[in-house]
Amino acid sequence: MQQGAMQAELVTVAGHKGDKISAYLARPLGKGPFPGVVLIHHMPGWDEWYFETTRKFAHHGYVAISHNLYHRNGEGSADDVAARVRAEGGVPDDQVIGDTAGAVAYLRGLPYLNGKVAAFGTCSGGRQTYLVACRTKVLDAAIDCWGGRVVMTKEELTPKQPVAPIEYTKDLSIPLLGLFGNEDKFPTADHVNQHEAELKRLGKNYEFHRYDGAGHGFFYYDRPMYRLEAAQDGWKKLFAFLEKNLVTAKK
Amino acid sequence: MCTSIEQSVPMTGSAKGAIGWFTMTEAVVSYDHPTHAMLEQSVKIDFVNLGLPPGARAAVEMTKESARALAAAILAVLRDADAQDAYERAR
Repeated sequence: MQQGAMQAELVTVAGHKGDKISAYLARPLGKGPFPGVVLIHHMPGWDEWYFETTRKFAHHGYVAISHNLYHRNGEGSADDVAARVRAEGGVPDDQVIGDTAGAVAYLRGLPYLNGKVAAFGTCSGGRQTYLVACRTKVLDAAIDCWGGRVVMTKEELTPKQPVAPIEYTKDLSIPLLGLFGNEDKFPTADHVNQHEAELKRLGKNYEFHRYDGAGHGFFYYDRPMYRLEAAQDGWKKLFAFLEKNLVTAKK
Repeated sequence: MCTSIEQSVPMTGSAKGAIGWFTMTEAVVSYDHPTHAMLEQSVKIDFVNLGLPPGARAAVEMTKESARALAAAILAVLRDADAQDAYERAR
């Protein structure tokens, strides 16, 4: 591999029910084989941070794809489209799972993939990563960064989000990494405690890391919630997790 | 953005955004991470027209204190407007 050299492009993948949706693909140059990462974008949309982070994974030797969960909601700037999605009540969980399975299938069809794929998501994408990890068998590892509403009250359930993700924990069969800020309000430290207790109770393979002095979104370098030390340590743990589960793990 | 704190209300009126003036159909009020304001959480109001492309949007995001002040100002103006209308009707 030529360290840092990559190719990035827009592609089309077959998402939920075969719908064609757009995706951003970044791959290291070279023959590979490379492990894969599917990025599930946050509620602010398919935005510049997700494009950058897709390239970051490629820089570190992963074939990375970020699919547009809001493809069906119209074209425009990421924040305008995200506002439209909010006005329409969000995207259905089943659709997100179908779209993500489609993005993973696209990765698995690439000749230079090493056969391993992890999902990565932040914020709402962290929650959705957990859903895909529990409700499908298409992944080899999952990374939930501060995903809120894994724990949900009955009042929070909607037709589009009918089941709290924590209810699917029994079906989780792959390693899970969770990164959380102890000052976060969505999810709160208590929500993370509940989630971890359920993982522990069911004997799941997981590692959670929690950071004092950090709240939500502490990787977002362009926002006030950025926390340098937590972000650096989080990225270090994240890449160590991927190395362990996608690179050195036996097939 | 991981909160579900939001309310949507039908609107009759117009808003001006990046596409210029447009007829709005809804206002979506939420409390979540802002896109531009240097805050960790903000009250956001999106004036939109769901029948037009997503660019039909006028957006604001502010602190809770600013939102309370705005709500109070709107109510104060409405009180004066109602009084004025009542005066006009009585004449």
